[in-house]
Amino acid sequence: MTLAARIAGSPFWPMLRKEFVQMRRDRLTLALMVGVPAIQLLLFGFAIQTEVRNLPTLVLDESRTSESRALVAAIANTGNFRLRAEPATSREEIERAIVSGKVRAAVIIPPTYARDLKRGRGAEAQVIIDAADPLAASGAIGGAQQAGMARAQALLPAAVARAAPVRVAVRPWFNPTLRSAVYIVPGIIGVLLSMTLIIIMSIAVVRERERGTLEQLIVTPIGRTSLMLGKVVPFVLVGYVQMSIILLLGRLVFDVPMRGTLALLYTASLPFIFASLAIGLLISTLVRTQAQAMQLGFLVLLPNILLSGFMFPREAMPLLAQWIGAALPLTYFLEILRSVLLRDAGAWAIWPQIGVLSAFAAGFMTLAVLRFHKTMD
Amino acid sequence: MNGIAIRTSALRKVFGTRVALDTLDLEVRRGEVFGLLGPNGSGKTTTIRILCGLLTPTSGRAEVVGIDVLREPERVRTRIGYMSQRFGLYDDLTVLENLRFYGGLYGLRGAALDDRIEQLLGEVRLSSRAAQMAGTLSGGWKQRLALACATAHRPDLLFLDEPTAGVDPAARQQFWEHIGRLSAEGTTILLTTHYMDEAERCQRLVFLSAGRLIAEGSPAAITRQFDAPTLEAVFIRLQRETGEAA
Repeated sequence: MTLAARIAGSPFWPMLRKEFVQMRRDRLTLALMVGVPAIQLLLFGFAIQTEVRNLPTLVLDESRTSESRALVAAIANTGNFRLRAEPATSREEIERAIVSGKVRAAVIIPPTYARDLKRGRGAEAQVIIDAADPLAASGAIGGAQQAGMARAQALLPAAVARAAPVRVAVRPWFNPTLRSAVYIVPGIIGVLLSMTLIIIMSIAVVRERERGTLEQLIVTPIGRTSLMLGKVVPFVLVGYVQMSIILLLGRLVFDVPMRGTLALLYTASLPFIFASLAIGLLISTLVRTQAQAMQLGFLVLLPNILLSGFMFPREAMPLLAQWIGAALPLTYFLEILRSVLLRDAGAWAIWPQIGVLSAFAAGFMTLAVLRFHKTMD
Repeated sequence: MNGIAIRTSALRKVFGTRVALDTLDLEVRRGEVFGLLGPNGSGKTTTIRILCGLLTPTSGRAEVVGIDVLREPERVRTRIGYMSQRFGLYDDLTVLENLRFYGGLYGLRGAALDDRIEQLLGEVRLSSRAAQMAGTLSGGWKQRLALACATAHRPDLLFLDEPTAGVDPAARQQFWEHIGRLSAEGTTILLTTHYMDEAERCQRLVFLSAGRLIAEGSPAAITRQFDAPTLEAVFIRLQRETGEAA
């Protein structure tokens, strides 16, 4: 038999066709596969805001001069603070307000502020920030320092300001306004694909086992590889549909830039989609029931969300966590997504990640096929 | 395969500490309708599953259509058909789609597949229900669809595990007529059943109890051997005796 005839006569084709028919008929699952990514994207996209703005802030202005009011205005202008309309009257009041959590920051301008300024001495003001949540505090700390510098610049004689010995010009590339959605949404594509593809696939084989159809299926001469590939391929399509929905919504709702070529992104996604499905399939061969499959699936998802660099930068993680992250396909896919979507990276920049993902896909698929035995033992 | 369709020697299967099948020696001749009888848990399903390559025996040998099923299960699978106890087809596929799927898995394509499906639908009288979802069929119809799927590739040997359980008498009658036609065409059939009238239709029978073969022969020979009026009487007596022994 020629190779072409063997391929045309492979049991893979009836398997593929059967999976498509069943998928089309299962309207609820189909709706979930399309609806869940959309809902999740909106939830994640709106809820995950790492930049903290409008921190409730109390002001104690003991100087009550035009100079002190200018400083308060500069602090308000950073956008990091939302000043209470009612100013504080004492330091005790400020302390109570911060301890009780009513405000998260306070600005204290001493009575000597304007006088010191006029005399050419360094004038001091104080900004107290509740730094229990470092993430929330860091923005405010930066904002306060920025406001202080802005005032200092404004008060210096023009000639002195120009002659400042060192000037660092910071240019935030790719996301100049530092919006977290720009960074988060491409990540969500990867996380949602992992989540849905691993879970869907992990129940695919056990469902046949539970319904009793697997027994009838494995007494036919279909090979393990045909069976497995026939199960996987229809969901590759599902993966692409989900990805397109998230990309589209990300563009329309969150105004996420899409700088790179979509063709490159779609090509680079194939090994990731395959790898995720293969992980699900492997889970499917390890468990006996759909409930077990779901549990194991979520167990696999957790490190994917925490250690892949989706929410927390991997650079900040301890070595062990970095190594675990390096064993996750999602880690590499996130790099591809951010490179292509945000930095317009070409194929030259992401081929190592594509290579690693292809190896993952081949490896997990092989493991799944080897784990699957055509027996009921 | 020289006249023998199935041959097992010292076949044994242990699940944990339970011995499901104990040194079974079995010989089924080509073209026979062969009955596997015994109470629940006596090892009938285990035997069939081993012969189909669905279970690995703990020890012993099994040859099916002349091929060692332990070494080459895939070669055996192209030659056999199997109908499990529980309906094993897809509820969410239509009658036609189930037939297409199984016909396809057995290597039928294009016009050959279409012709075979049309023939099968006629044989099991499901033509008018081709577009119906398999899950909405009644018990008898489901059995006939399962039989059609299991014989799509015209197997030499057909395994039927309690094929008529939960099927009404008229449907059972039709089912046996179909079995008769398959047998006449030369198909060897090994089946399990709890109905003694069905056992009477087999050319040869074995009784299993607790994984052991306790009686073997044609229905007439067995009733003679035990000096009983009917197979049913033999069955009940054997079960009582071995039950007391256990």
